[in-house]
Amino acid sequence: MTNLKVNIAGVELKNPVITASGCFGFGREYECMYPLSRLGGISLKGMTFQEKLGNPPPRIAETPSGMLNSVGLQNPGVEHFLQYDMPYLSQQDTVKIANIAGSCVEDYCALAERLSESEIDMFELNISCPNVKQGGAAFGTSCENASHIVREVRKYAKKPMIVKLSPNVTDIASIAQAVEAEGADAVSLINTLLGMRIDINTRRPILHNNVGGLSGPAIFPVAVRMVWQVANRVKIPVIGMGGIEKWQDAIEMMMAGANAIQIGAAMFYNPKAPIEVIDGMEQWLKDNGIKDINEIVGTVKPW
Amino acid sequence: MEYLQGTYRVTKIRPGCMCDYTIACPDIAAISKAGQFVHIRVPGFTLRRPISICEVDRQAGTLRILFDIRGEGTKVLAQTKEGDLLDVMGPLGNGFELLDADKKAIVVGGGIGVPPMLETAKSYGKNATAILGFRSSDKIVLTDDFTAQGSRVMLCTDDGSAGHHGLVTDLLKQRFEEELPDIVYACGPKIMLKFVAQMCAQHGVRCQVSLEERMACGVGACLGCATPIRQEDGSVTYLHVCKNGPVFDAERVVFDD
Repeated sequence: MTNLKVNIAGVELKNPVITASGCFGFGREYECMYPLSRLGGISLKGMTFQEKLGNPPPRIAETPSGMLNSVGLQNPGVEHFLQYDMPYLSQQDTVKIANIAGSCVEDYCALAERLSESEIDMFELNISCPNVKQGGAAFGTSCENASHIVREVRKYAKKPMIVKLSPNVTDIASIAQAVEAEGADAVSLINTLLGMRIDINTRRPILHNNVGGLSGPAIFPVAVRMVWQVANRVKIPVIGMGGIEKWQDAIEMMMAGANAIQIGAAMFYNPKAPIEVIDGMEQWLKDNGIKDINEIVGTVKPW
Repeated sequence: MEYLQGTYRVTKIRPGCMCDYTIACPDIAAISKAGQFVHIRVPGFTLRRPISICEVDRQAGTLRILFDIRGEGTKVLAQTKEGDLLDVMGPLGNGFELLDADKKAIVVGGGIGVPPMLETAKSYGKNATAILGFRSSDKIVLTDDFTAQGSRVMLCTDDGSAGHHGLVTDLLKQRFEEELPDIVYACGPKIMLKFVAQMCAQHGVRCQVSLEERMACGVGACLGCATPIRQEDGSVTYLHVCKNGPVFDAERVVFDD
């Protein structure tokens, strides 16, 4: 038997593959592709305490081997989620991770407190959204701000708390260390890289928000590097993401130091990518005589 | 929601000024409706290309799609040959709401907005009028197909090289003066949809429009393809072309954003 189970901050995932926040809604949209129970976990669409309309369109721009988005955290708010989406999710045998966001620290705290009473398994504190004017990445781009918000939310979060880090910083590992010191149970990285495209005929940015987050295979090497740097500096589990599209990428990310991985943009061109990654990893482990996936974590042999 | 995803064979490519593919996909065709779309993967590109369904042939188990080369992705897609496989997701979105076949319908299509109107007009047979606008005579597609299924075709071009020299709304006004239909369906540039919607509102005629937006997932998961829609209480929210649309009641669409 090959073991694919991983443990992140006391929560057991049946495999290390999690669908990334903002790419998988609240799960329902993909239930006709495969049972959600195949997934290690689902990081749910970023949520705020109150409903949020998000940014005006266009919100999407294609780029070489990737895309920009500036959705701006559109979501129905926590009460709507608890009433209409949580009952459905409760029936799905997979780990439910609530991605929580807000425009001020109080919003995050209120959301964490409210969701602590629900059947959510873990929190993913989103301090790295590049597409909102208030809050979002502002909390995640300095050690001071990141420490402060993690310290405050920690008081209200009664579930294990992952902190999702922004790559748009000088030294991501120091931010990871700062949130670890304040009680983060795990870190996930990377969120999108801030980018921009311009229509040369209209001289207008393609995104109405002018700038947006870059994701897709284009950012994979950046993500691997950052996961490697962070994993070398913290003791808490690391969840790696950014451009993973196939099982080889997932193995590589785990060798860089990730204890689990998330898949996002790849699902837009291949909705079955998470399943193919799970199956591919399992086969690779068998082919290489490795009995436990945890054995490969951080096994890169740097020069 | 129910959709499928897999690789399906392109069985026929018709000549013409647009790419005109017939795809053998019996399981998708069996559940497809007028106004829905398929989401096609283009090798080497992150985003699939949403293309509206032009015709559904359940007996043959095929879908027909037409598209124009608009950028790098459609340029690659246009290199497809008969017998090639395409990775297709579909059917996606909500189609047009079809009334009883004895009702009178007008379909209005502008340019690449013409193809989805063919399947829409089909169910009305002789009770459908197709008002079709193209840039010029060399851009005309599908007029014979509309005629063959019994629709009356009213044609216009921007440059006057075929049919009426002017806009689809000129022809819509003319048709309204003859007889008001039970419903109008429209697909095309947003500015065209705006004026069609205005004219329908002035005459108290129900109107549904099909919208386009830059799209990623195609199934309502990523919330990328937002479009402003007026709610019943008058407030405006962002709904999503892929899941809530692409078809919306025209009176709810916010055209000036």
